[in-house]
Amino acid sequence: MDALFLARLQFAVTIGFHFIFPPITIGLAWMVTVSEWLGWRRQDAEYVRLARLLGRLLAVTFAVGVATGVVMEFQFGTNWARYSTFVGDIFGAPLAAEGVFAFFLESTFMGLYLFGRERLSKRMHWFSALMVAVGSTLSAFWIIVANSWQQTPAGFKVVDLPGGGQRAELTSFAEAVFNPSTLPRYLHVVTAALVTGAFVVAGVSAWHVLRSRAAGWARKGLRLGVAWGLVFSVLEAMPFGHLHAQQVARTQPAKFAALEGLYTSQASNAPMVLFGVPFQSAGGPPELAAKVEIPGLLSWFAFGDFNAPVKGIADFPVDERPPLWLTFVSFHNMVLLGTWFIAIMAFATFRAFTGRLHESPWVLKALVASIPLPVAACELGWVAAEVGRQPWIVHPGVQADGAPFAGLRTAVAHSTAVGGGEILTSLLLFGAIYAGLGALWLFLMIRKTRLAAEPIPAA
Amino acid sequence: MDLNLIWFVLVGVLIAGYAVLDGFDLGVGALSLLARTREERDLHVAAIAPVWDGNEVWLLTGGGALFAAFPAVYATVFSGLYLALVLVLVALIARAVSLEFRHQLEGSRWVRAWDVAYGVGSLLPSLLFGVAVGNVLRGLPIGPGLEWRGSFLGLLNPYAILVGLVSLALFVMQGALYLRLRAEGALEARMARAALWAWGAFVALFAAATGWSFAASPYLFARLGTPLVLALVAVLAVALAAVPVLTRAGKAGLAFLASSVVIVAGILTVAANLFPVIVPSSLGAAHALTAYNAASSPRTLATMLVVALTGMPLVIGYTVFAYRVFRGKARVAASYGADDATAATNAAA
Repeated sequence: MDALFLARLQFAVTIGFHFIFPPITIGLAWMVTVSEWLGWRRQDAEYVRLARLLGRLLAVTFAVGVATGVVMEFQFGTNWARYSTFVGDIFGAPLAAEGVFAFFLESTFMGLYLFGRERLSKRMHWFSALMVAVGSTLSAFWIIVANSWQQTPAGFKVVDLPGGGQRAELTSFAEAVFNPSTLPRYLHVVTAALVTGAFVVAGVSAWHVLRSRAAGWARKGLRLGVAWGLVFSVLEAMPFGHLHAQQVARTQPAKFAALEGLYTSQASNAPMVLFGVPFQSAGGPPELAAKVEIPGLLSWFAFGDFNAPVKGIADFPVDERPPLWLTFVSFHNMVLLGTWFIAIMAFATFRAFTGRLHESPWVLKALVASIPLPVAACELGWVAAEVGRQPWIVHPGVQADGAPFAGLRTAVAHSTAVGGGEILTSLLLFGAIYAGLGALWLFLMIRKTRLAAEPIPAA
Repeated sequence: MDLNLIWFVLVGVLIAGYAVLDGFDLGVGALSLLARTREERDLHVAAIAPVWDGNEVWLLTGGGALFAAFPAVYATVFSGLYLALVLVLVALIARAVSLEFRHQLEGSRWVRAWDVAYGVGSLLPSLLFGVAVGNVLRGLPIGPGLEWRGSFLGLLNPYAILVGLVSLALFVMQGALYLRLRAEGALEARMARAALWAWGAFVALFAAATGWSFAASPYLFARLGTPLVLALVAVLAVALAAVPVLTRAGKAGLAFLASSVVIVAGILTVAANLFPVIVPSSLGAAHALTAYNAASSPRTLATMLVVALTGMPLVIGYTVFAYRVFRGKARVAASYGADDATAATNAAA
């Protein structure tokens, strides 16, 4: 089989599976930090109990995240050697910085938090939880830096290597780190992780409130999760989602057109598509069936001006267009889920304010059913970001001296030394292991959540 | 001293840090396969549970540093050693999740299955890291333009397997000395004996591998007569001789320290002889990957040096703090993992 296709499939499977866990880890780590703080400062055993349950969910999630993350650290070298050679001067640094500045912090303090409750002072124990949260959030920063450089490369020049071939060399670390898409994407991703954590807390608490309204810790968890969930669901869309979309419109117009489903260029008043089904008849231009759109809104959203022109996908060369269906569908479903997050959390917050949230079984059931949805939204967003970047593994841009950079195509970036048979072997191996891991993780998360209902025995 | 030399040393230090730290918890994992009872296996796990994850970060950071400082080594070697590396990753996944999953259910078959995964997941990397080193020391089949010209089965040659056994014996010795520090009673005494056995095996295998290296890896003796290499070899020899003496004398902490010195001195000796070569080529000396032809630009190396110099002192600081918190004898009951409800069942039983 085709080695390039298999290498891409393996990357999609391994990153797609890995990316289930970091948003939950980051979100839960902050929720644990908040619950531990409230439990400690207010001497409130119910918050400590909530934190202990969340800490156990965090531990299982973190373990699977670490296990699958190790694969990612090496996969650029194993399967994308030509990419690694081209970008190593720039791309390796954030990965190393992640280890030094973030992952050591997260892992060491995770051990202290989980095993140190009896050995540390309350202050130090809480600080350990905080460092896990800070470490995981910093870790996301460096990974987003690396990936954002692929989207909007900056602070580099392309040089010829003495042994043949080329590579991108660093001219400014600050420009490479804070390339045009780093901050918009980082804020969007970290907020998504906070939303994910809030939905886990709200959903898990709602499940316990449904079972036993007397569970005081669960009612506190419910209020915490819902309040946190509303704030970050709103921030996620406005301003962070919006700012990220504007940045894509400026820096990656082909991706923007594919995301938004704009197939024909508009001189002004470009419409925003709310619904549509992308298709392409043989030899014909890409089209959108069953389209529902709002005239002018895309121009205004993207550039703050109804009269701004927006370039459609038909005006990009065929070999510079991302896959249209997947990019459009993943992006629009992410937006749909994001809208649901705001709606359900706003309604739940309203109920909480009027003091009737735990008497609203339908809202509580909806919160339980919504637990996995932010993870789904994260996955869809990542698919939109990465598939939308194609056919480039490093998007075209401008070099430090102003010369144009033609981009590096995904199709010429995989390892030549690794054959299709070898990748198929590793893909089947990882696929089987990950399927088992995913099932076990889910089983343990549900079991731990259920067991939290049992009374805590006296020590 | 130029940046390339500094990064050559720093990557060596990261590898040595990884080998010392994850070396002991991989060794404890391999030894757990020999544990006699459920309680003993619990203790093998409890002894490393709070710290193993931080230890594995040395591997991740080493990988990242290699990518950042010597991308051509990262790309050529990892794609060339493809299936071997996939095996290591699968083993590390098995180890990571079994440490977390094993205490989640009480059923004896559940625990037993994860214990096997944990043991094998620790044994296999201990062996395979050595096999990889053995292959690198022989010279990898790298042709013009950094192109890989080898095969997976070619990696399983007798010399590399011998070096794999050397690293397994070394990690088992390191693990036994660590577990002795953290165990009590019969297990503590048994670990002292296990350390002596592992020491004997290591000395024999190490001598055989050194002898064979004269033929298989001439690069290893390039600077044999220089003061630096002589000093490193002397440190290695003294530390190696001290391990059994200190172990028999009951100085468990010092014995562990001596074993750690053996690991660090061994890795630095190899590095001092190889420099500037990182990966020799079996297809001609001109194709070797060196600290110069495989390196990133000076600007990246300088930037990364700032990252390392600001970050690593902090890392070392809180790592030392964590080890101080968890020093002393390990208790299975201290494991956070016993669910409240599971604990209730245990209390009732």
